[in-house]
Amino acid sequence: MVSAVLAILWLGLAVFAPDFFSPQPLLSRLTSSAPKLLVACGIALVILTRNIDISVGSLYAVASVAAGHASHFAPTPAVIVAVAILTGLGGGAINGFLVATLRLPSIVVTLATMVTWRECLRLGQQGVFINLPDNTQWFSLSMVRGQWTVVLTALVVLTFLAWAQRNLAAGRHLHAVGSDPEAARLAGISPGRTTFAAFVLCGTLTGLAAALNLAQSPQIDPNTGRLLELEAVAAAVVAGFAVSGGRGRLFALLPATLLMISISPALTYLGAKPYWDKAVHGVIILAAVTADGLRRPKQQSRPPVT
Amino acid sequence: MTPPLLQLIGIKKAFGAVTALNGVNFELRPGEVHALLGGNGAGKSTLIKVITGAHPPDAGTVAVGGYPISRLTPAIARSLGIACIYQQPALFPDLTVTENIGLRLESTSPFRRVRHRERRRLAGSLLRQVGAGFSGETGVHDLSMPQQQLVEIACAIGAGAKILIMDEPTASLTQPEQELLFGVVDNLRRNGSGIIYISHRLEEIFRIADRVTVLRDGESVVTRDLTRTGSAEGTAIGQGFDEADLIHWMVGRNLERTPVAIPPAGAPDRLIVHGLGCEDSGVHNITFTIRAGEIVGLTGLVGAGRTELARILFGLTPADTGEIRLDGIPVTISSPEEAIALGIGYLPEDRRRHGIILDLSVAQNVSMSVHSRIFPRGWLRPNAEQTLAEHYIHRLGIKTAGSGADANTLSGGNQQKVAMARWLATNPRVLILDEPTQGVDVGAKSEIHQHIRRLVDEGLAVLLISSELAEILALSHRIGVMRSGTLTALFDGQPSAAQLMRAALGNLEPGDPPC
Repeated sequence: MVSAVLAILWLGLAVFAPDFFSPQPLLSRLTSSAPKLLVACGIALVILTRNIDISVGSLYAVASVAAGHASHFAPTPAVIVAVAILTGLGGGAINGFLVATLRLPSIVVTLATMVTWRECLRLGQQGVFINLPDNTQWFSLSMVRGQWTVVLTALVVLTFLAWAQRNLAAGRHLHAVGSDPEAARLAGISPGRTTFAAFVLCGTLTGLAAALNLAQSPQIDPNTGRLLELEAVAAAVVAGFAVSGGRGRLFALLPATLLMISISPALTYLGAKPYWDKAVHGVIILAAVTADGLRRPKQQSRPPVT
Repeated sequence: MTPPLLQLIGIKKAFGAVTALNGVNFELRPGEVHALLGGNGAGKSTLIKVITGAHPPDAGTVAVGGYPISRLTPAIARSLGIACIYQQPALFPDLTVTENIGLRLESTSPFRRVRHRERRRLAGSLLRQVGAGFSGETGVHDLSMPQQQLVEIACAIGAGAKILIMDEPTASLTQPEQELLFGVVDNLRRNGSGIIYISHRLEEIFRIADRVTVLRDGESVVTRDLTRTGSAEGTAIGQGFDEADLIHWMVGRNLERTPVAIPPAGAPDRLIVHGLGCEDSGVHNITFTIRAGEIVGLTGLVGAGRTELARILFGLTPADTGEIRLDGIPVTISSPEEAIALGIGYLPEDRRRHGIILDLSVAQNVSMSVHSRIFPRGWLRPNAEQTLAEHYIHRLGIKTAGSGADANTLSGGNQQKVAMARWLATNPRVLILDEPTQGVDVGAKSEIHQHIRRLVDEGLAVLLISSELAEILALSHRIGVMRSGTLTALFDGQPSAAQLMRAALGNLEPGDPPC
């Protein structure tokens, strides 16, 4: 479905605005959206378990700032990547502990951590940008190679997770827990552990996303990642993830993300006013939810069985 | 002669290519309890939906009080006095009984003033009429299932319903609760209402019905009268038929009855439970033994702690006192994973919610609890999974389009077999079956019974929990009765249903074995 819409959009662009596909701008666009793809992946895993994580935007900023500070002690790309990932993992573990172990509702927990992380950053950083050491940009590679590294990393991670979802028992566990936590528990699958793992993975992917973003810029804005959680949820919904849990294929996030990031340039190339951008995003999300809603009741209109 | 309350002539209804009703004739007279019998897929649910106006029939006539109704809608049906009491009461759990009754009976205009005193008076009088022992100020979430059904009946009476449909009202009721319900039904009958009574339990039909119609494959196969004169109090005699005939009409084939097998005398003790208790679930001082190849039945009133005991043995609510021994070795069971690893399986009560996962395929459901065995390296091997599933599809006779079909495309009985297959795949030493045939049609039920018998012949130890005495008596080698969280009696051999009932109520007589 999403792939079809994307294909039509790209076909239209190829005919009316072939400039869209000129290699260098396209690569830049893909590079800058690679982190979003990973965050969407993380949120999608959490949504599979019937939960939500809206703290990813704040966590993304925390991971970025932490990595930025660490880079002044050891200015190597490896340190930046490692610190960002570990920070994300820690943040995810905190959410996971609160949701899975203490059984608090995820929307409330992650709302609280979202606000907390953001306010901590505001107090600690006072809005001051952090400059990154020169040699860490693009992982100390040339720009084009750096861009390819970012894009390919995101694609490899997505492909691996999509494969794991289908082919590892752990993927089955996510679906079982999301479909019915009690039934999963009675089958010997621990809903708590599974949910915890999903949150930790989500945090880790957010940290990795922050690392891929840091490689692209010479300095860090402590306000980075605002509304990232909304973009990620939107991508997951467009990709067909059911908010009620248990349904959705991670690989569908690729066309969904590509669709979402193609809209602004498409509007520009087609000469529409940029104000339309968000409105079109909204329409696409609504269309995705509606399509899902229309598909579902069909299952229920089978003849009843006593 | 007064016209019948309700008359259905030649009702047909199809969903796409599937014919649900293919010419049903049915009649309900004032002051009669008319039982509607039929296996799964016989068309009972669809017929109810036609009567309540939820499904317009494709052909045929619906007449209420002698007048044909051309376009029956749910609103028209309600205004004609048709009410349906579903198996699962649809009340608002966070409101009180009075508020629920008020919401159901009063005008739904949003700006009307609520007259609290009048509402309380009405609710109180309706609750008295149905013999409810709770006040209208009780929150519905505090009521048991049968109490909620009483509220539903009160609403129906309050709405002036003359045609009452009761869909398996006793499915989750215990014997005394059933008696209470039968009393209410008797009252309604005396007041001239007509009751369409749907049940899988044949003994109830003889207990309460005046007439019985059997549906099979969307057709009304037979309608017969029952007579009360000359029979024992509280029962009726079928005119020219008995239970076996009803089953025969329902399934169109005879079900054989296998006699209970006696477990081998020297069989080792498989599961020994001594002084087991769990404060949180209100279960205490449970002591019993199940030998290999033995079925121990467990009965008692709803709320007696049977399911709670099963949940302790399966590690869902771990025990805090007592001892469990498996094949002589003391074990602690603190999670379902541990229980499964020890070889304990638990088929839970609520099949559709907990027994299987409807979104997953048959094969995925079957392999659910043996992932670490059939996927030793953590990645899925679809072939191994399919082989496993097909083995059990064949062994248990599961009717499905294939091992890859979604579990929600299966009928209730076949879903239950899938849930059983999952546990058999774990090669359990002890299998706990909690209401294994609840809501399953007669044919599937007898098949499941045969599978259970075969499993114990192969040396499995089974703890069988059931509210249906007939099932407990037919399958168990020994029978335990629970009351208020403890085991009050353990019968060897074949006790009578009356003995079991007495134990469940706590009225043991001399001659009944104490525990």
